[in-house]
Amino acid sequence: MNYERIKEKLEILADAAKYDVSCSSSGSKRQNKNKGLGDSSGMGICHTYTEDGRCVSLLKILLTNVCIFDCAYCVTRKSNDIKRAAFTVQEVVDLTINFYRRNYIEGLFLSSGIFKSPDATMERLIRVAKKLREEENFNGYIHLKSIPGASDELMQEAGLYADRLSVNIEIPTKEGLKLLAPDKDHKDFIKPMKAVQNSIQIYKSEKKLIKNTPIYAPAGQSTQMIVGATGESDRDIMYSANFFYNKFQMKRVYYSGYIPVANDSRLPAIGTDVPMMRENRLYQTDWLLRFYGFNIQEILNESHLNLDMDIDPKLSWALRNLDQFPVDINKADKRMIARVPGIGMKSVGKILSARRYRKLNWEHLKAIGISMNRSKYFLTCNSREFETRDLTSAKIKSLIMLNSKSKYRKNFNYQLNLFS
Amino acid sequence: MTTTLLYDGSLNGLLTAIFTIYDHKIKLPIISKASNTQKNLFDGTEIVITDTVKAQRVWKRFESICNHRDSYQVYCAFLSEITGMENTIYEYIKMTFQAKKAPGGDFTNPVVLKIAQAAKMVGREKHRMEAFVRFHLIDEETYYANIEPDFNVLPLIVKHFKNRYADQNWIIYDLSRDYGISYNQINVQEVHIEFKTPKGQRGILNNNNNSYSHKLSAKTKFEEVENNYRDLWNQYFKSTNIQSRKNIKLHLQHVPKRYWKYLSEKV
Repeated sequence: MNYERIKEKLEILADAAKYDVSCSSSGSKRQNKNKGLGDSSGMGICHTYTEDGRCVSLLKILLTNVCIFDCAYCVTRKSNDIKRAAFTVQEVVDLTINFYRRNYIEGLFLSSGIFKSPDATMERLIRVAKKLREEENFNGYIHLKSIPGASDELMQEAGLYADRLSVNIEIPTKEGLKLLAPDKDHKDFIKPMKAVQNSIQIYKSEKKLIKNTPIYAPAGQSTQMIVGATGESDRDIMYSANFFYNKFQMKRVYYSGYIPVANDSRLPAIGTDVPMMRENRLYQTDWLLRFYGFNIQEILNESHLNLDMDIDPKLSWALRNLDQFPVDINKADKRMIARVPGIGMKSVGKILSARRYRKLNWEHLKAIGISMNRSKYFLTCNSREFETRDLTSAKIKSLIMLNSKSKYRKNFNYQLNLFS
Repeated sequence: MTTTLLYDGSLNGLLTAIFTIYDHKIKLPIISKASNTQKNLFDGTEIVITDTVKAQRVWKRFESICNHRDSYQVYCAFLSEITGMENTIYEYIKMTFQAKKAPGGDFTNPVVLKIAQAAKMVGREKHRMEAFVRFHLIDEETYYANIEPDFNVLPLIVKHFKNRYADQNWIIYDLSRDYGISYNQINVQEVHIEFKTPKGQRGILNNNNNSYSHKLSAKTKFEEVENNYRDLWNQYFKSTNIQSRKNIKLHLQHVPKRYWKYLSEKV
């Protein structure tokens, strides 16, 4: 093995793959078999974290950064003057196995620039996964990219070896895509998603009849959208995320704050701040949809196109719907307790089980670990004291913000809140 | 008057102590490790001699009236080695025996909350060790890792590593508690290693950094492979970072400094 050459390739191809934010390694059901290597039936594990605070759980690389497309937002676009490199199938297999044996990683995340044709690229990705599974008896996690435009047959094969498949939609609207990636067609993204979704359903129903049906993409599909590259509103982004969750049973939609990689008049200039705060609010909204029982129309709609930056989306919703509060913590149902700002789903579970033993008061709630600063305006419990003033939304908001800390504080404008 | 029961620090010891409390009808018991107790002149002291049969009677009864989750939580709380946790565990088991079911969901009860919180801390440390163990080849076929976890989590991670690395020999050694677990592709055993180097210099990474001349000399094949892969991993760690998103506070929150010395990418 030419180690220096591999190191150089790794530098180029890991660097090019890092803008893909998906790194989850959970949700698979693949167990170790025949005393082989690896097991991905448990929860995901983050083996380390980069200095930007993102987790590293998979060896995330491109097979090659040679690409025939010229998408403006992408660092490996054809017209970009950068060093190009390509791994051989064997090199990726060796890296994966040796990293895995040392407990560096949970598995492989393999993406690629599109060389020659979508099918040729997809076929090469599949070859890596197949070799890992069949020759190395590797049971770790494999995340493969579905290459836009790849044939249905190849997508069906990919799911036999991969735990998760993903196509990045990148631009949330068709118009945006036309502007930034003129040679890509929206339909090309949808097609492989649909093929994989169909196969997942077929294998699932077969599994019910025949127990030893092989597993097919057990960790499902995911996708990613770039935030802040074009002028989409938060509503556009979240509605399209909602579409993918409902229509394609996506396990995850990732939101990636756009990091300027090109001097292009269609895009934010190099050096523009990454919209990390907005990204964070979008993820919070995503969680509200998936775990808290919110409907997207409640959070974003015609009169509320964008998320508030200074407060979280649940608090924002509560302030717009004060008529639904206060909630009696000892009587309310699960759905309503989950809607109280400052109470997370873990605490919801604890409250529900603890109140079977006795009526809860403020002390109890504090011990359970809910955020009093935010929740106290929206709750009553088994205590004499509760918020009796008839506060307006604006007043509650300013009281909460006065007593909370945020690393984004400098971005907020307090003047307006204090006097409104 | 309180009675202090001194036990040997093992789970069986603690359970024997609990058996003794019931057997001798001790009114105000305090259970404490024999190793870290100062003798109190005014109170009675009883030394508990660990008896597996008695211990198992207590545990079996406890397990028979609670579900697996509850007993696992108590076991985790025990592994936290937090001073005084013995008494919380005793209270918890007593409550379970009285009510004939575990009070697991009663989060407003201080005993239950304490057990749940300790178990959560231990669970987090277990998960960290599943993540931060870094294996190094120390001979042709043995992968070795040092750890110094906050809590005694080795017993909890055996299953994870046994399932995952079924086809390689490995050793994970807890330097602060001076014992390890070793797997030979059949089963996992507890091991003790007589180190030649003094405490504090037993990290494999430290050794390599010290003897620079060693690096220049002719290396055996596996050492070369080992160094290369470690180097590739460090390169990967560097390349996958996004400079414009730098957030050291978040980074430190996820990878606290005390774990760095065995993480090659952070050394």
